[in-house]
Formats: sequence, C-alpha cells, structure tokens
Amino acid sequence: MKLYCLSGHPTLPCNVLKFKSTTIMLDCGLDMTSTLNFLPLPLVQSPRLSNLPGWSLKDGNAFLDKELKECSGHVFVDSVPEFCLPETELIDLSTVDVILISNYHCMMALPYITEHTGFTGTVYATEPTVQIGRLLMEELVNFIERVPKAQSASLWKNKDIQRLLPSPLKDAVEVSTWRRCYTMQEVNSALSKIQLVGYSQKIELFGAVQVTPLSSGYALGSSNWIIQSHYEKVSYVSGSSLLTTHPQHLTAAVDTVHQSLVELPSGLGFWSKLVVVVFLFLFYLIFCRIIGRKRCLLSLPSSSFSQPMDQASLKNSDVLVLTGLTQIPTANPDGMVGEFCSNLALTVRNGGNVLVPCYPSGVIYDLLECLYQYIDSAGLSNIPFYFISPVANSSLEFSQIFAEWLCHNKQTKVYLPEPPFPHAELIQTNKLRHYPSIHGDFSNDFRQPCVVFTGHPSLRFGDVVHFMELWGKSSLNTVIFTEPDFSYLEALAPYQPLAMKCIYCPIDTRLNFIQVSKLLKEVQPLHVVCPEQYTQPPPAQSHRMDLMIDCQPPAMSYRRAEVLALPFKRLFEKIEIMPELADSLVPMEIKPGISLATVSAVLHTKDNKHVLQPPPRPAPPTSGKKRKRASEDIPDCKVLKPLLSGSIPVEQFVQTLEKHGFSDVKVEDTAKGHIVLLQEAETLIQIEEDSTHIICDNDEMLRVRLRDLVLKFLQKF
Amino acid sequence: MPEIRVTPLGAGQDVGRSCILVSIGGKNVMLDCGMHMGFNDDRRFPDFSYITRNGRLTDFLDCVIISHFHLDHCGALPYFSEMVGYDGPIYMTHPTQAICPILLEDYRKIAVDKKGEANFFTSQMIKDCMKKVVAVHLHQTVQVDDELEIKAYYAGHVLGAAMFQIKVGSESVVYTGDYNMTPDRHLGAAWIDKCRPNLLITESTYATTIRDSKRCRERDFLKKVHETVERGGKVLIPVFALGRAQELCILLETFWERVNLKAPIYFSTGLTEKANHYYKLFITWTNQKIRKTFVQRNMFEFKHIKAFDRAFADNPGPMVVFATPGMLHAGQSLQIFRKWAGNEKNMVIMPGYCVQGTVGHKILSGQRKLEMEGRQVLEVKMQVEYMSFSAHADAKGIMQLVGQAEPESVLLVHGEAKKMEFLKQKIEQEFRLLPSAKKPRLLHGTLIMKDSSFQLVSSEQALKELGLAEHQLRFTCRVHLHDSRKEQETAARVYSHLKSVLKDHCVQHLPDGSVTVESILIQAAAHSEDPGTKVLLVSWTYQDEELGSYLTSLLKKGLPQAPS
Repeated sequence: MKLYCLSGHPTLPCNVLKFKSTTIMLDCGLDMTSTLNFLPLPLVQSPRLSNLPGWSLKDGNAFLDKELKECSGHVFVDSVPEFCLPETELIDLSTVDVILISNYHCMMALPYITEHTGFTGTVYATEPTVQIGRLLMEELVNFIERVPKAQSASLWKNKDIQRLLPSPLKDAVEVSTWRRCYTMQEVNSALSKIQLVGYSQKIELFGAVQVTPLSSGYALGSSNWIIQSHYEKVSYVSGSSLLTTHPQHLTAAVDTVHQSLVELPSGLGFWSKLVVVVFLFLFYLIFCRIIGRKRCLLSLPSSSFSQPMDQASLKNSDVLVLTGLTQIPTANPDGMVGEFCSNLALTVRNGGNVLVPCYPSGVIYDLLECLYQYIDSAGLSNIPFYFISPVANSSLEFSQIFAEWLCHNKQTKVYLPEPPFPHAELIQTNKLRHYPSIHGDFSNDFRQPCVVFTGHPSLRFGDVVHFMELWGKSSLNTVIFTEPDFSYLEALAPYQPLAMKCIYCPIDTRLNFIQVSKLLKEVQPLHVVCPEQYTQPPPAQSHRMDLMIDCQPPAMSYRRAEVLALPFKRLFEKIEIMPELADSLVPMEIKPGISLATVSAVLHTKDNKHVLQPPPRPAPPTSGKKRKRASEDIPDCKVLKPLLSGSIPVEQFVQTLEKHGFSDVKVEDTAKGHIVLLQEAETLIQIEEDSTHIICDNDEMLRVRLRDLVLKFLQKF
Repeated sequence: MPEIRVTPLGAGQDVGRSCILVSIGGKNVMLDCGMHMGFNDDRRFPDFSYITRNGRLTDFLDCVIISHFHLDHCGALPYFSEMVGYDGPIYMTHPTQAICPILLEDYRKIAVDKKGEANFFTSQMIKDCMKKVVAVHLHQTVQVDDELEIKAYYAGHVLGAAMFQIKVGSESVVYTGDYNMTPDRHLGAAWIDKCRPNLLITESTYATTIRDSKRCRERDFLKKVHETVERGGKVLIPVFALGRAQELCILLETFWERVNLKAPIYFSTGLTEKANHYYKLFITWTNQKIRKTFVQRNMFEFKHIKAFDRAFADNPGPMVVFATPGMLHAGQSLQIFRKWAGNEKNMVIMPGYCVQGTVGHKILSGQRKLEMEGRQVLEVKMQVEYMSFSAHADAKGIMQLVGQAEPESVLLVHGEAKKMEFLKQKIEQEFRLLPSAKKPRLLHGTLIMKDSSFQLVSSEQALKELGLAEHQLRFTCRVHLHDSRKEQETAARVYSHLKSVLKDHCVQHLPDGSVTVESILIQAAAHSEDPGTKVLLVSWTYQDEELGSYLTSLLKKGLPQAPS
C-alpha cells in the first residue's frame, strides 16, 4: 500500500493511492500561485504595463529584457501565465484506474491529467462539484484566451539562467514543467470522463475496493472519501468545514455593536452613546440566545449552506490522509465577514469604489447573502453591486438548483417552492447586476461609486486587472481580498506604487488546527498522513506550536514527488461460505469460546468476490472400461491433508496395537521418547512429543493399519 | 438458499394501488403505498390489516419506500401512517417529498370537499405523515439499520421518480416503481448499474407494446391538435398537474412558436406555476438538454400557455386546454369534458393510461354513452384520441433494464395478467443463466470461530494462534529392488524413471545421490545380505500420504530395463 505525492501544495493536493489491486488518484489540484510571477494580462491596452522597463543582470547584460520586466523592485515574466502541474513522472498516470475529486477547487488540473497522460479510467465527483468546476475552468480559459499574447517567454526557464534571476523567480520549482492553460475542448473532454456520485454512495471498484464520498461541509457538493476493503480503511479528508461548532455569536455581536455606534446620531454625548452601546450589546446577547444555534447577522460562512460534515463515517480508519486545512489558521472567518462589510460600507460612504477579487462561486454566495441582510440597514441600497465574470449568470443560476446539497434550512425553502439563496431577490430588485465582462452592456450601466465582484483573485488576468488599473491611483477606493489562495502582497506587486486602500479579509472556512485535533480525537485513525507543512508551525509564526497537527503516533508527512509506504498490511479477505458447505462443517471446541472446524472446499472467485463451495464428490469409478492410463492414477499433490496435533500416549498406543492383533510389541525408551518395535513385521515406530515416524517394509496394508491407529490419537486441523 | 418473500397488496396483476410487501433477510419493507383511482370504497386503499393481524405496523415494518409522487403510488400514505398507524421511516427522493404533499392535499380536497366523504385523512394528517419522511439522494446508500440498506436510481418516469435497491447482507431486491427507458422532452432515461439483484420487481404497464419512435408520436399529436384548432374545434387534454403536462406544454409551446398559431392554450389549475417552479428548482432531475440550457432559457417558463378560468370553457372559437385530473374521474377535466363532449368538432386527447372504472377508461374502450351522476346520460360526440405519452417502459425497455441489472429472477407487477404472460416468455427466452467463468481451486484451511467472528486461516496459522504444536507423522518404507549396480546408479535410474512417469511433479536428483519428488525423499542403500538387491528408502509425511503411497507401489513394480 503506497501513497505517491504529486503535489506539494497542501490545499491543492494530488496524491495517488495504490490499494489492493487498484490505483486511485485523490484530487487533481492545480497550483496557480505560479502565475504570480507573470505580468498581468490587461483587457485594454495599459500604457503603464507596456512601458515597464526590461530587467537586466547586475553586470548590465540585458539579453532577458524582452522576457522579464521590472516593477517597483519586483521582476515579472512578460508572457502568457503558466501553471505548476502535479508531478507527471513519479508514476505512470495511464495506470490510474479512478480519480476521486473532493471539491471544485481541487479538480483544476484534471484536463492535464486526463488528456495528456494516456489516462483511460473514470473520474468520480458530485454534480455540484462538476458543474461549478466547469464554471471555474470556463472562466479561466476565457480570461486567458480573450487576451491573446504574442509573446511566450522560455529563455528564463533555462536552468543556468534561472539561477541568475532574483527571488522569487530563482526559487520557483520545476519551471520546465509549467504549462499554459488548457483549451475549452480539453475541458469538455476531461469533464466527459466524470461519473456523478451522491453522498454515501458505495462505489465498487472491480469488486476489490469500495469508495464512498461523504459530505465535508466546505462547499456545495464537497466531499471527503472513504476507500475501503472489507478489512482495511483509508479516509481521505480534503477541504472540510465544521463551522457549526464555531463560537461565532459574540464576534458578530461586537461587530454589530460597532456598526451601530457609527450609525448613532452625532448629537448624543459620550455617556449616552455608551449607554446605548451597552444596551445594544445586552440586547444582542439576548437575541443570540433566543435564536440559539441559528446564524446571526453578518456571519454566514460557506458551511452555513452546504450539508454538514459527516464525521462519524471516518471512524475506524487505518490511515487518514489529511489535506486542505485552512490557509489562514489565525483568522476567524466570521470576524472577517464583519470586517468585510464594515470596510465596504466605509469606502462607499466616502464616495469610493470597492473591488472584491473573487472566484465566480463559493465565498461570493456568502458575501452576497451577508450583504443582502446588511445593505438596507447600512444605507447602501442605492449603491450598485456588480458581479462580472463570463460565468456570473451561470454561477448564480446554478447555485439555486442544488437544493439537495444544501443545509436543511435552505433545503426546506425549495419545498415552498422558493429559491434557496437570497441573491435571486438582489437580482430581481436590481441591486445586484451581473455581466459577462466589462465590455458590452456593463459600460452603459456602470455607475460609481459601486462595488465590483470579479476575478481572478491572483490579479493576473480577468476583468479585475482593468479595475486595478482604473481605481489603483485613488486613495478613496478599496480593494478587499477575501480569497485565501494568493498572498495579497504578491498579488498587488505588479500594480505598485498603489494609492488605493488594501484590506485583507481572507475567508477560509476549512478546518483549523483546533478543529483538526478535535476531529482526530473523535475519529481516532491509527495513522495520520499529511503534507509536511502541517507538521510544523507556519514559517512566519514559528513560535506558534499550536498551529500544527498534534497527534499520536506523530503524523507521517509527505512532500512533492515523495512515495510513502503506508504502515499497514492486508491480512484478510472476505469469503462467503455456501450454506451447504457450512452445514457439513464439524466444529470442535478447543478452548472455552473458541471452536475450530477444518474446511476443505472449492474456492470460486469472480469479480474479486470469493465464495467457498463444497468440494466436488470423487467421480464414481468408471467400470467396464479398460485400464486407465497410468498417468491418471497419479495423485494430485494439490489435494491437501490436514495438519496433525497432539501427542501419543505410548502405553495406550501399545494396548491398542495389541488389541488389533500385534502380539510381539516391544517398547524401548530413548532420550526424546520411545521406540515401538513390531519384530515380526520388521517395523519400527518412533514416538516423540511432536512427531511419530513409522518405518516399515513395503507392506501397504500394514502401513495403512498402523497409520489409522496413530491418527486416532491425534487431532486434525 | 436465501429466501425472499414478496406479497403484493395492490398492483399485482393490475394498475393502481401499488403496494408491495417484501421480506428479505429478516427485514420487512413496504414498497409504495398507493390508492386506486377506479374505486371509491374500501378497495381504493390496500388492505393493511394483512400485514400484521395484531400488533403495530411500526414493529413489523422496517421501512416504507415511495418510488414517486403519483397517487397510485403514494395516495394511501397519510391513511396508512396516521389512521392505521405507522411511525417508522418513510423514504423518498427530495422532489417526491416536495411535490407529494401537494398532490395528496389536492386529492383530499376532491374527495372531501367535492364528494363530501367523511372519515378521510385531514390536512394535518398529511403534514404529520410528511414529518416521517426521510429524503434520499440519487445513488446514496442509506443505512436504514445495521443490516438493511437502500439505494435510489434514476427512473425518469416523473420528476423525482426513483427505482430502489433493497439490500440485506448479500441478498438484494430492486423495485423499479414506474420507469421510462427513453429520454423525453424533459426527463432522462432510467439507469441502473449491473447490481445483480436476487430479484427484480418491475412494472409492466406496456408489457406487450413496442412503441414507435417518440418523434412519430409527437408529430401525430401535434397534427391532431393542429387540425382540430384549424377547423375551430376545442382540444381537451386531461393530465396530471405534474409530469406529462410539462412535457406536452414544452411540445405545444415550441410548435405554437414555429407555426405561429394564435389559438390560446390554457392550463387549468393554479398548481401550474408552482409546479413549473418545482421543475426549475429541481432541474438536476430533468434531462441533459434542459439542464444544459437552463441558464440561457428555462424550458419551464411558457409564453403561450396561460392560466385557465372556468368561464373560458364557454368562449367561442378554438382553444387547447390542459386540465386535471388525467383520467377524467373527477374535477375540472371532467367538467370541461361534459361541456364539450356533445360537439363533434372538439377532441379529447388522453395522453396516458386510464384505470378501469374511470370515465377516461370508458371512452377509450369505445363507450359513447356515459351514465353520469344523477342518472344523466352523456352522449360523447367529440373525437376521442389516445396517445401513449405515459412515461412507462415498453417491452423493449423492460428487457433493456433486465439486461442492465442482470437479476437472478424477475417479478412482473403493475400490469395486466395476459400481457405479463407474454413478457414472461420473452424474458425467459432471452436471458439464460450464465456459467461462471474461472476455474475453481481446492482450498484447505481451518475455520476459527470465536464469539461471532469467523476466521479462515491456514492450518499452520490456526495451530500457531491456539498455541498448539504440530505433530509430524512420517512414514519410511523400504522397497527392495533387484539391481546389482552401485547405489548411485540405482538412484539415477530411479530418477529417470520417475521423471518420465511423473510429468506434472517436481522430481529432482540431489547432489548427495538422493531423489526427491516434491517433498518426498528417496534414498538408495545396499542390502546388508544380498549384493544383488538394493533397498530404496521412501520417506514422506502424512501431508503427502497419497503421493507417497503411490510412489511405493510404483517402485515396487520395479524399474524399466535401462538400455545398457
């Protein structure tokens, strides 16, 4: 049992598990942080970007100035952005039988794997995962294809040259394997290989292994997987959320109070303000108690809409592979939502615009739901909200049709029938408008100040590039980062110097380390396997020993291109015994509570299912025919005789011999036992504690008689 | 052998009142809980007293499964759970759970408010009954208890229709409910994997029909509607609010747009809009094409089809009206039918199966004079057309499903006895038992039984685990051979002889002069008295008993004369 680790990115995993006779790929994440090394792709000609100076070596050699540009001390590759693929050389990917996808973020490398490695297997994913994954891929392809770039830089990738480059380019890994984005045709072909599955569905792989997706509580249709045979179980946890147990009411309360303070009429004095605040706070606490576990205003993390995580099914695992933990372990997602709203309101009130770089699905549903409840009370009803993405419309529509994958509260809405997400109402009332791109209708409707949700969060391509160029120079505007996948400082680097405000409110609802240790305590796997990043504190907070996985035995860690031997051996298979055979078994009690029965049977194996049937009866002797050929008499050495156990009491044995007509029995003692002599028959029987040896002339009759007498004293196994 | 007992409480050789009791591996499951449209007395519900004489249903039944929202499959549910009394789980899919209570309420209203029946289930009972429902996803394996598991497959009959696999240990039953093997305008085709159940219980409504292509039927339908409207007639299409109605609406909507017709199309109940909304929210249950295009254009938003008002029925000029219920047994469709039946210009199109006893069934079987309530006789002059749009599998489809699932045996229900007989023969002809493929192997081992765990291990392992020592039983036989040559040469002759006889065994000549056959050792020694005789010592353990015994008798016969 082995685990091949093809990706080093802890939240965008790609591992291959060899289990029994199957080869299973777990997720197919695409590391897009590589694009941060590239210049942004502007939608409209940007004089600033095209006039950036070329980069030259310290000695003034400028042979790379066409490929590399410098901006505020950082060097960027001026080329079509490229992605860092999972390792393709570590294992022959054409031997992969199935790919299990846990959520839509973890399938972005799928076309590279299914289209270019000779892969012939099946991909399993839930319907929301596939549909939203398709949207993410479609957006990505669209972003990159609609701004064709003539130049494709490759010189800098040369190993000897890369050494000379400044960091982070110098330290970028495996640049030679970086690839450009796939095409829509490849996406469609890859997605056609997916088979849709439902939570708790038991999927048989060749009858040998059973895989089951479980709700992971992180996103629409997100799943963890169980890979098990009858006696071994591997759990694969990737991107899970437990947020229902999060202490969120208080943070939200404080936040609301804070907001109320801003709203208070300025005529009141300090003390009266304080009284009002205290009153509001108390009121809020009571309110929280009344609504109990239900969510409060301003705190609507993703897990509030997807089905809760299924933890119980992860119990009794031999190995638990743990990936996709929160990337921001120190931030509280609920607090971040509050901060997001207040910063948004503040900017807009001051006449500025707000830019929210985001993916077209996921956290944006939370933010919209949050704003739905917030905008009226915050006096933002007249501010237009724009959602710009080639898949904006599809994303908003799709979110409404996956009722079965939603939490109970949202599910019941559909029974009324009403759309489960309130953004339907935001669209109806024209508060939220969506456009495929900044071109076309949007330019006619565009009003400022406004709030724009658009991609891509890396700020390297997509409509967001345009808004960065447009709004970057004014300090009235704010860009709020909510997606945790990219370092916001690195994302902003090619736009420096920047006057606009930057707020970092990463919302990552995936498990944090406290939740992980709680989870591990509850499901108690025998071994934990995780990316090496989780076995030590984050480099920036090396003193925080609480920001790592703590379990016993210590977690086994992996890094990119490593192969781990998983620490368990397979011992048993399940065999079905046919009732006829079971009937014929004769159990004997060896010890209290333990019985034994010897079984001689025929093993039928079909589709990796084993059935024991009664052995065939010996064929009746064919009478009347001539002598059979000699070779047919040769016994088959595969017919097994049972093992023997016990010991032979000499005195009783001798008595038995005499009873059976052996008159001249003589017994001699030896060091280890006895020798029984039958003089007349020239036969000698050595009897020791654990062995009996009959030495005789070639008299088969005699030998068989003696054999049967000996066997009477022994137990058969 | 596994014993599975099936008792149809309804829809055994009949359509309507579907209710089948299955006992499998000690578990009792009730499949569907329908009502019969053709009866207004006790016979309309299944006889639940059969299930258990005395004692509560909840104690006897492990679960109830509802395949889809049609009343002949779920109409008796509130009566069963609230009036007879059942508190266990009821499983159905999400769309069924959403739509089922609405249809039940509709049915209740017709029965109580219009017909004035007493002792019928109430609205509150429908609500209480629905609280016992557990919704299942497609393909989700639901563990009802430790042993019983169920799994839903897409059935394509109506929105949310499902087939169910019921499994206990290694025994399983698949119940199809109603299903459709050809995708239509809004639903996909039923699908099941090769789950090889012990028993497949399949509906057989269209057991003898092989329906012509869908396109032809649609063209036919449109032609008939078009002709009637052209000559100024009115078309009545009795339907159920959900299901066929949506498909025909899509069909007419696109036709009206293409041919640019002006005659109004109405849909009779207030349910429509709500129904269409359900279709929109459960769009993942519709077919590929609708799912793909729903973002651009939602097929369930109709431009040409408007809500019907009772007064419209008397309007002059052509019109098309969809009215509920589908079998003309009550409600608005029957009212409109009465108004329009006298005019030969008009037409009624029955797009689905009609249960015996309903007006729909009567006119379809050619009756033209109907006795209505109050001894009134209604003469039917309007044209009566039957178009099989019911989304049931036809004979070909049923065979297809049997081929997909590969069951050990098939049980036909939900159809007519004669037709079933025909299909039974066809299935028996086409599917024969397949022989198992691989060569079996003989195996010997020891079964250790400890508490409730059973382990089959090798005998050595069993001895080891129990802390017992093996007792070795060995035999050594002396075989005398006449051979005056040296021992080594005798051994060599024995070797070449055995090698030629025992072709399938491993025969070796070891450097020390001895010969082995598998693990049997043969040594040649000089005879102490007779130099012309050699003694062969053949030694084997009890495990090689057969071979050892064979070898001694073989060697006793002597060696073939070697060419010198």
